[in-house]
Amino acid sequence: MSFFFTVSPDFSPLHISDWFLVNTWLQRNLGESIHLELFDDFASQRKVIDEKKVDLIYSNPYDASTLVRKYGFQAVARPKDLTDEAIIAVSEASPLKKIEDLKPQTRIATTDDPNVHMMAMILIEPADLNKSNTVVNTCESYMRVAQELIGGTSDVGFFLKSTFDDLSDIVKKQLRPIVTSQISMVHHALLVGNTMIPLKEKLQKTLLKMPTDPDGKHALEALGFSGWELLEQEDVEFMIDLMDTLVE
Amino acid sequence: MKDMTPSDVPSGGTTVHHKYFDGTERTLVYSNVETPFPEGNLIVSRTDIKGIIVGCNKAFCDMAGFTKEQLIGQPHCILRHPDMPAAAFKDLWNTVSQGKHWHGYVKNLRSDGGYYWVYATVIPNVRNGKVVGYSSIRRKPSRAKIQEHSETYKKLKEQESK
Repeated sequence: MSFFFTVSPDFSPLHISDWFLVNTWLQRNLGESIHLELFDDFASQRKVIDEKKVDLIYSNPYDASTLVRKYGFQAVARPKDLTDEAIIAVSEASPLKKIEDLKPQTRIATTDDPNVHMMAMILIEPADLNKSNTVVNTCESYMRVAQELIGGTSDVGFFLKSTFDDLSDIVKKQLRPIVTSQISMVHHALLVGNTMIPLKEKLQKTLLKMPTDPDGKHALEALGFSGWELLEQEDVEFMIDLMDTLVE
Repeated sequence: MKDMTPSDVPSGGTTVHHKYFDGTERTLVYSNVETPFPEGNLIVSRTDIKGIIVGCNKAFCDMAGFTKEQLIGQPHCILRHPDMPAAAFKDLWNTVSQGKHWHGYVKNLRSDGGYYWVYATVIPNVRNGKVVGYSSIRRKPSRAKIQEHSETYKKLKEQESK
């Protein structure tokens, strides 16, 4: 039997092969067969979650709520010192300098990443903007969000900070962040479903030694991780409470 | 909760004896100095079911003007500004004690007597079906909302003092 592993689809396409490296390392060091499946969009991934096919997931904070509270997933670990932050950027040529410069009917380019969209919508609240007085254009990728800004078809774009940082220099030079969240308490988390809960402790021990193993270290560095930090269930429960306050 | 003294407020301030809606009393010294909400931040704190602070983030400490060590173990009303009507907090506790989420605009008091405005959401932390505490998450409010709520709270305070 092979366990089913998936990763929140908000990572940069540059890291597709890196996640396969991580999976190969995990299988070798856990002594278990794990099938990694990556999805291009959140809807396709949610479908397999709802079909209860997922045993192990590197989840974004938003989906962690459903996984933990609806499907009983348990917290395993989080990437060390890495938190999820959102960036709101404009075209370099834009006259907009700060959030308070935004007006009703602002055109927003965003993705279907619920986590980033939610955090960024909070960042525009000081301009009294919300979903009822903005025009939201949901794009298929962060690259497309950047193109919308550069082409002038959107006024502001929402990005996951780590993905914004991964954009090419040519693209980044044409964009200008006007605000970056500094929430610091929201992060991705590795979670296990019911079938893999008996392996949780072994998985945690394996993940902790990953940075000390040359192949493990290489795989982590490729993803921009310095290591893993173990998570208590309460850590994730609290993050979910926090996310709940932001959803409303 | 320690009483404040004029020496706590370097810019100079007004001294009042404040009675909280739960009956607690404290001498407060407050000024008209506003500290802007930190851009991009959330201010987060947790309390036990009695409203005693059990955890908070750096932004909470920075804005309150206390260290984390000074805040843990204190009642959350240590932040209460005398301009806030008691009715707002009564509504807060009535709402969260029923297991519901509360939202509202709040003017908070800093340790140096200054103030800062937030848009707060308070939720019960439910574990295994039981409320084990409360979390409060504050976001940056717009200037228009601050203006609107300053006026509303002033009227409410006037009614409460009659």
